[in-house]
Amino acid sequence: MLLELDQVHKIFGGLHAVKAVQLRVEAGEIFGLIGPNGAGKTTIFNVVTGVYRPDQGRVLFDGKDISGWSPAQIASAGIGRTFQNIRLFRSMTAEQNVMVAGRRLHSAGLLATILRTASQAECERALRRRAHELLEALGLRSHANDMAGSLPYGSQRRLEIARALMLSPKLLLLDEPAAGMNSQEARELEAQIRWLRDELKVTVVLVEHNMSVVMSVCERIHVVDHGETIADGPPSAIKTHPKVLAAYLGQEEPDES
Amino acid sequence: MSDAGPGLAAPPPPIPALPDPPARPRWGLRALVALGMIGGLALLRLGLEAVLIEYAQRIMMLAGINVILAVSLNLINGTTGQFSIGHAGFMAIGAYAAAFLGTHLAPAAAALFGSGMLADAVTFNLALVFGALLAGLSGLCVGLPSLRLRGDYLAIVTLGFGEIIRISFNNAQFLGAATGYFGDSPAGLPAYTNLFWVLLWVVIVIIVTWNITFSQTGRSLAAIREDEIAAEAMATPTTRLKVLAFSFSAAGAGIAGGLFAHMQAGIRPEDFKFDKSIDMIVMIIVGGLGSVSGAAFGGVFVAVSLELMRDLHEYRLVLYALLLIVIMLVRPEGILGTRELPSIVRGLWQRAGARGASSGGAER
Repeated sequence: MLLELDQVHKIFGGLHAVKAVQLRVEAGEIFGLIGPNGAGKTTIFNVVTGVYRPDQGRVLFDGKDISGWSPAQIASAGIGRTFQNIRLFRSMTAEQNVMVAGRRLHSAGLLATILRTASQAECERALRRRAHELLEALGLRSHANDMAGSLPYGSQRRLEIARALMLSPKLLLLDEPAAGMNSQEARELEAQIRWLRDELKVTVVLVEHNMSVVMSVCERIHVVDHGETIADGPPSAIKTHPKVLAAYLGQEEPDES
Repeated sequence: MSDAGPGLAAPPPPIPALPDPPARPRWGLRALVALGMIGGLALLRLGLEAVLIEYAQRIMMLAGINVILAVSLNLINGTTGQFSIGHAGFMAIGAYAAAFLGTHLAPAAAALFGSGMLADAVTFNLALVFGALLAGLSGLCVGLPSLRLRGDYLAIVTLGFGEIIRISFNNAQFLGAATGYFGDSPAGLPAYTNLFWVLLWVVIVIIVTWNITFSQTGRSLAAIREDEIAAEAMATPTTRLKVLAFSFSAAGAGIAGGLFAHMQAGIRPEDFKFDKSIDMIVMIIVGGLGSVSGAAFGGVFVAVSLELMRDLHEYRLVLYALLLIVIMLVRPEGILGTRELPSIVRGLWQRAGARGASSGGAER
């Protein structure tokens, strides 16, 4: 069990955004989190990554209770994420964007930084080397020295993934990675997500509205609506689950049938 | 996106060649360069003092002090993007601390090293470092609670802090209160500051700031400026780094204050009023927010342009304001923008090379 949400609640004033969500992600899974707009998917991501503190319940990562940890602590512990509305460091280069997340690889202290010691130079080199590997892997090598804000949309989404991978995460949370992509790009994304899991051994949880991506890439899917779990299972079961169909397509009135 | 969409079933590709790997530092060479630089600065000072009248020397020293102020302020306002407008407060702390220690340490240093250049140098630099430490420490104390605030709130807190400092000195009897601090002797504060020390500290502050800016620490500070939420999600300890940058920035102002104090016969609380902080903001915005070279340029620019317009008396502030408005209209990103001197020089060099070869080289 890599990630477990145990009866998690999140309340914003009068809005009960997440209600008693119970969710378990096994290590090595590609896990989908879906639901109609406003169902609470991104809120769940924000609770897991420490942006919000759960009002009730616990978040367990790798056996540790991480509810209440700061986002930086959670990221250091091994949870990487991307954002629904791309949040790159826009006026920094792609390479710098990725290197920022490499804090774990950089052991040189402040004095070493000021004096530019050999160990600091070595850390910088290691960071840059790893950043270039990741840029290369996500097909961004030729953009290494371009400003992140000037990249095309699809490249920006991939750069966010590269940046999150720089944390050497065990778990990667992708928030609508296929948003704004055409079907060609979406198919490439599917291959990249499988590659993350197969080659980098990263467990992937994705929130996605593009159903063809979700159904083709996810091995298990968790469906929420109005902050509550309505289904959990393999894609084949989710596709025909009556509650899921009702949530997405609406429900027939009982007296009409 | 010709390089997009790799068939990612393949294992990660081989490590690409590294562009421009940082050279291993050679300490012997560095020591030699440092010695050569100190010798060069000493010669430069003697040369300048022989050639320039005292008035011009004074402007050069003021320009140097401005450079230290601007470069240090740029670390927090430009690189980290946290708007602090209380820098004059830290300068005041450094000035008073260095003036006080410089006055009281002089007899002891004279007893130890005789009353020559060595005693003066030791006293002065200890006083400067003491001022920097005290200013840095107060930066830490102000930064810890207030850097959790964002935007306008931080500006208000730092503004208030600057005023508190000034008013505290205004009421500190042992530091001369509103009359100002003139040391113990009737001649006023010992005049340790000269072009050599100013230039040396300018170089030290620029090197330290440069090395911080162009490192993992500097990248993380810039990431905080760009998007704090994303920076945190990438394991950046944002509060710690902001406090660190703020303390370093304050320490730099402390050094500038110490140099300033020992240039005058005495220092008064009103030397460190709010408009002094605004002057520093002007320097970094004119030069180019976020650029070390730009800040240095802005420091010199403000010192020189204010001096050149001295004959205009009270009209000079009007003209000065007009000049700023024109700069903001023509170049809102500042004169250097976010670029640094080495990359500008390289760009010019490449352009010159391309023109020489007249091949229209495809430099990005």
